[in-house]
Amino acid sequence: MADATLTPKAAEPVSSAQMRRQMLREFWFYFSENRGAVIGLFVFLALVLVAILAPVIAPHSPFEQYRDAVLKPPVWAEGGTATYILGTDPVGRDILSRLIYGAQYSLFVGLVVTTLSLISGIIVGLLAGYYRGWLDTIIMRLMDMILAVPSLLLALVLVTILGPGLNSAMIAIAVTLQPHFVRLTRAAVMAEKTRDYVTAARIAGASPLRLMFRTILPNCTAPLIVQATLSFSNAILDAAALGFLGMGAQPPTPEWGTMLAEAREFILRAWWVVTFPGLAILITVLAINLMGDGLRDALDPKLKRS
Amino acid sequence: MFGFLLRRLAVLIPTFIGVSIIAFSFIRLLPGDPVALLSGERVMSPERHAQISAQLGFDRPMVVQYFDYLGGVLTGDFGTSIVSKKPVLDQFLTLFPATIELSFCAIIIAIALGIPAGVIAAIKRGSVFDQGLMGVALVGYSMPIFWWGLLLIILFSGILQWFPVSGRISLMFYFKPVTGFMLIDSLISGQKGAFTSALSHLVLPSIVLATIPLAVIARQTRSAMLEVLSEDYVRTARAKGLSPFRVVGIHALRNAMIPVITTVGLQVGVMLAGAILTETIFSWPGIGKWILDSVFRRDYAVIQGGLLLIAAIIMTVNLIVDLTYGLVNPRIRH
Repeated sequence: MADATLTPKAAEPVSSAQMRRQMLREFWFYFSENRGAVIGLFVFLALVLVAILAPVIAPHSPFEQYRDAVLKPPVWAEGGTATYILGTDPVGRDILSRLIYGAQYSLFVGLVVTTLSLISGIIVGLLAGYYRGWLDTIIMRLMDMILAVPSLLLALVLVTILGPGLNSAMIAIAVTLQPHFVRLTRAAVMAEKTRDYVTAARIAGASPLRLMFRTILPNCTAPLIVQATLSFSNAILDAAALGFLGMGAQPPTPEWGTMLAEAREFILRAWWVVTFPGLAILITVLAINLMGDGLRDALDPKLKRS
Repeated sequence: MFGFLLRRLAVLIPTFIGVSIIAFSFIRLLPGDPVALLSGERVMSPERHAQISAQLGFDRPMVVQYFDYLGGVLTGDFGTSIVSKKPVLDQFLTLFPATIELSFCAIIIAIALGIPAGVIAAIKRGSVFDQGLMGVALVGYSMPIFWWGLLLIILFSGILQWFPVSGRISLMFYFKPVTGFMLIDSLISGQKGAFTSALSHLVLPSIVLATIPLAVIARQTRSAMLEVLSEDYVRTARAKGLSPFRVVGIHALRNAMIPVITTVGLQVGVMLAGAILTETIFSWPGIGKWILDSVFRRDYAVIQGGLLLIAAIIMTVNLIVDLTYGLVNPRIRH
C-alpha cells in the first residue's frame, strides 16, 4: 500500500463506485467462507423463483377441488399417482400446487413485515437516540411494554382488534418485531453521535435530518441488516403460527400455516397433508437463518470467528 | 445492590402501568360497543344498555375509568369472564400450574441438554460433533413448533403408540387437585399408575416446548464458552497443570454461565408464547390454551386480564434474572 501511494495513478481519488465494488467483494469473501450461508442463499433464491413462477410451474390450480381424488397419497406411496406428486388434501386439492403458491404468501409476508418494522423502527430509533431526553424515555418505555408481552400473544390481541386475516397478521407481527430495530438503531446512534465526523458535519451546518439519515444512519446498517434477516424468518414463522391458530390468512388461501390448520384433524390418517406444508416452512426459515448467520459473520467484525 | 434494585423497579413500574393502559384500551379499541361486548348481550334496550353501562362504569370519564381499572388490578380484580362469569384471576390461578408444570419440564430439558451440548461443541470446536450440533441447533431454532408437535404425534402417538395424544392424565384417574401440579397430585393420590400416566402425558408437549429454548441455549453456551476459553486466565489455569475437567468445568464454565443465565431468563417469554401453540396442539389445559379459547369465544375480559397477568409474570421473571445477574456479576450493578 505504501508503495502504491508513490505512483501517480494511485494518487487519484478512489471513486465511490470503486469503493462500493471493493466493499462488496470483501463482503462476498467473508460471506462465501460460510458454506451454510451460501446454501441458504441459493435455497432462498430458488424459493423466490418458485414464488414468481408459481403460475407457470404449478401443475394444478391451488383452489381446484378434484372430488374424485380426495386424500391421495404422494406419488411414491402406495395408491399415489403422478398427477398429484405430493398427494391431495381432504377436499382434493393438489398439495404441491398449494405449496408453490404458498411460497408467494410467505415471502410476501416476510418482505412486508420486515420493511414495515425496519423503516418504522429506524425512524423511531433515530429520534430516540438523536434527541434523547423525555422523547427517548417515552419511546423506550413504549418499546419495553411491547417486549413485556410475548410476541405471539401480542399479535393475537392485535389481530383480535383488527379482525383475522393476512393484513392484520402482518401489521400485528410488524408491531411485535419493531422494538428490536428501535433498540439497535438507538444504541448505534448513541455510539456514533459523539464521533468526530458527526461533530464535523454538524459544524459544517448539516441539519438534524441530514445528520440523522445521511451522516449517522449509514454507519449503523450492519446490525440492522442482520436483524432484518432474523425478522424476515420470524415474520414467516409467526404468520404461519397465526394461520395455524386460525387468526392469520383465512382458508382457502394456500398459506402454509393455514394449510396445516385445515389438515390437523387428518394427521393420523394422512401424514402427507401435515408433513409437507410444515417442511416448506422449516426449509424457508432455515435458509433465511443460515443466510443471517453468514451475514452476521461478514458484516459484524466484532462477532467474526465466534 | 439495593440501589440496583430500585433502579430496575423505576423502569419496571412505568412499564407495568403502560401495559395496564394497553390492556385497558384493548376493550375500547375493539370494533363494536364495549358495553355490549363485555356484557355478552347482543340485543339490548336503551335502558338495559344504560344500566349495564353504569354498572361497568362506562358512563364516567375515561381517566376515572382507567384509575378504577388500575385500582381493581392492584387489589387482584382482573375482571370477570363474559362466558363463565367467574373472576379472571381465579381461572388463571387454576390453570397456571398446568403451564408452570409444562414450562418447568421444558426448561429443565433445555438446560440439561443445551448447556452440556454447547460446552462440548466449544471444546471440540470445528469437529464433526460441533458442526453437526450447530446444524441441529439451527434447525431447532428455525422449527415451526406447531408442526413439530404434529409430527411427534404422528410418530409417537400414532405409529409407535408410546405416548398419549392429549390431556394431562388418563381419564381412568380422578383425584382432587391439591397443588395443581399433576405430577405431585398423582403421587399424593397414591393411585397405582397415576404418576406414570401423568408423566407420559408430559413427554411430548415438553419436548415441543423445549425445542427452541434448547437450540438457543446450546448456541449461546457455545459462543460464551468459546469466548471464555480464549481468555488468559484459562491459559494460566492450563499452564498450572490443572486437569482439563477442572479448567473447563470450574474456571471457564462459571464465567461462561453469566450470559447463559440471561438467555435462560429471556426464554420465559418465549416459552409462554410457545405455550399458546403447544397447549393448543396437545389440548393441555393451561393458560396458553385458555387465552386462545377466549379469543375464539370472544371472551374479551379474559384476554384483557390474561394479557396483563402474563406481562406481569414476564416482567417479574426478568427482574429476578436481572437481580441474579447483578449478584453473579457485580459489574452490571453500576
